[in-house]
Amino acid sequence: MAVTIKPGESYGFFTDTSICIGCKACEVACKEWNQLQGDSPKFLADSYDNTGQLDDQNWRHVKFIDQVPAQSVDAGNGKAFLMMSDVCKHCKHASCMEVCPTGAIIRTEFDTVFIQQDVCNGCRNCIAACPYSVIALNPATGTAHKCTLCYDRLQGGLQPACAKACPTQSIQFGPLAELQQAADVRLAALHSQGVSQAQLYGRDDQVYGGLNAFFLLMDKPETYGLPNAENAKLPSRNDLGGYVGALVTAVLGVIAGIVAFRRRGTS
Amino acid sequence: MIYLAAEHFVRAPQWTWYILGYFFFAGLTGGSYALATLLRLVGDARDEPAARLGFYASFVTLLACPVLLTADLGASWLRFWHMLVDVTPGDQGLNFKYWSPMSVGVWALLAFGFFAALSALESFVLDRRSNARPLGGIAGRAFNVVGGVFALFIASYTGVLLSVSNQPIWSDTWVLGGLFLASGLSGSAALLALLTRYRPQAAFSLGRLHEADGYFSILELVLLVAFFLTIIAAGTAGPTVPLLPLWLLALVGIGSSLVVARGQMRIRGAGGSAAIARAGTDTLLVSTLVLLGVLALRAAVIFSAQ
Repeated sequence: MAVTIKPGESYGFFTDTSICIGCKACEVACKEWNQLQGDSPKFLADSYDNTGQLDDQNWRHVKFIDQVPAQSVDAGNGKAFLMMSDVCKHCKHASCMEVCPTGAIIRTEFDTVFIQQDVCNGCRNCIAACPYSVIALNPATGTAHKCTLCYDRLQGGLQPACAKACPTQSIQFGPLAELQQAADVRLAALHSQGVSQAQLYGRDDQVYGGLNAFFLLMDKPETYGLPNAENAKLPSRNDLGGYVGALVTAVLGVIAGIVAFRRRGTS
Repeated sequence: MIYLAAEHFVRAPQWTWYILGYFFFAGLTGGSYALATLLRLVGDARDEPAARLGFYASFVTLLACPVLLTADLGASWLRFWHMLVDVTPGDQGLNFKYWSPMSVGVWALLAFGFFAALSALESFVLDRRSNARPLGGIAGRAFNVVGGVFALFIASYTGVLLSVSNQPIWSDTWVLGGLFLASGLSGSAALLALLTRYRPQAAFSLGRLHEADGYFSILELVLLVAFFLTIIAAGTAGPTVPLLPLWLLALVGIGSSLVVARGQMRIRGAGGSAAIARAGTDTLLVSTLVLLGVLALRAAVIFSAQ
């Protein structure tokens, strides 16, 4: 899909997990373009996934969610794996951006979330906040890393490497409004074919105000390691309760101190 | 009753030993300054030596804070000042996000450093001029009160900082700010009680410090119960179990404070003096246990989510 990329418009990914074949071309393309060396090779003994997680070296991660039934099932009902190419969600209301104390995390002219490497100081507050376990610290640079949605490629008018490499168009890149429209059509098609479990995640504003990288899922979000709408909350939700609790304690503590230290006329 | 089965898919930030150290010293520096202010403003004139001890303790423990915070940044430690100044090209300016406790905390630590340093300096000058008086008048009192407000913030915001995240346990409770404050006040009272061994003029305040420690420990115990109730309700209490020894150590600290405070109040009720209280309690042992409890509490909270 040829896309004309213009600053000032919202761009993102629509990842349709129903047609992901787990080839990991996205992981490879991402590492190639972004010059990520990857983690040390390791055998995780968990399906066909030895990448394991999103981190500072893996900005795309194809999840293999094992749903091999314990017992044989009727023909056509068996599900072996759910596959999903996971990535930073570039949330509209981004938890990482909310808590970042340095201003290193910004929203770009393409409406994506980007960590400025020359500003980040490695405090890791964003890691504690990101509900998707996307961001990780690079010990060599001492800074937080994650998917940039190929910011440099967008600036050059090129679509992100992962979307370009995806052989099944499971990963689609484009203007957000167009992607949302395409997702609605795809969902309706699946539902009309009886695939009732298909659902969109992050398409609307129920999850962090909407995700620029949203998904079509074949099971509930928790199955994919994604918080559902009820659990998708911003860190700042605890500001009020935390400070009020501290304030009440401070008042009681001062009263306790006054009681203990007050002048009693002891000689 | 589980009212919300909180689910978390978040990565741990690896805030470990340096942060544990910072949280410990932040509790002590804030707590010591707050207690010193209270001793000076509401206490007897004979509490002034202990108040000065508190200002000294606050300043010395404060010195460890920026060192630990900077060391925690690892390879980026030279960029510690990016917390204060946004160096984003085209968007330079001061950083301040009132909704981010880490951002507010950095500024509060800077402001508190001013108050702690000046109060310690004032104490140093007063100790060397026997005829001098503490900063008198409204301005002097206001200085200590404002410093005390910052001190209470420093001792508590670290808990709020943990809660303002999406980490299991930390973000499932509103209690941590208060819990760390109560624990910091208790630890500071124990620290000052311990230091009175080396400053005989401050011995008058020893019994009062133990009594205050007892009150703070009751507060801490109540908040600890509230902490467990909130995370049990959220369904995320499981990871706290392997750290049972740390929780028990924290409880031993609280228990020690309560035992000594009860003994002190009995002595006072019977007309005894603070000096009797000093003779009657093994301050070294109790203060050590309380301070270990303060450290253990923070370690248990920090490591239970990571």
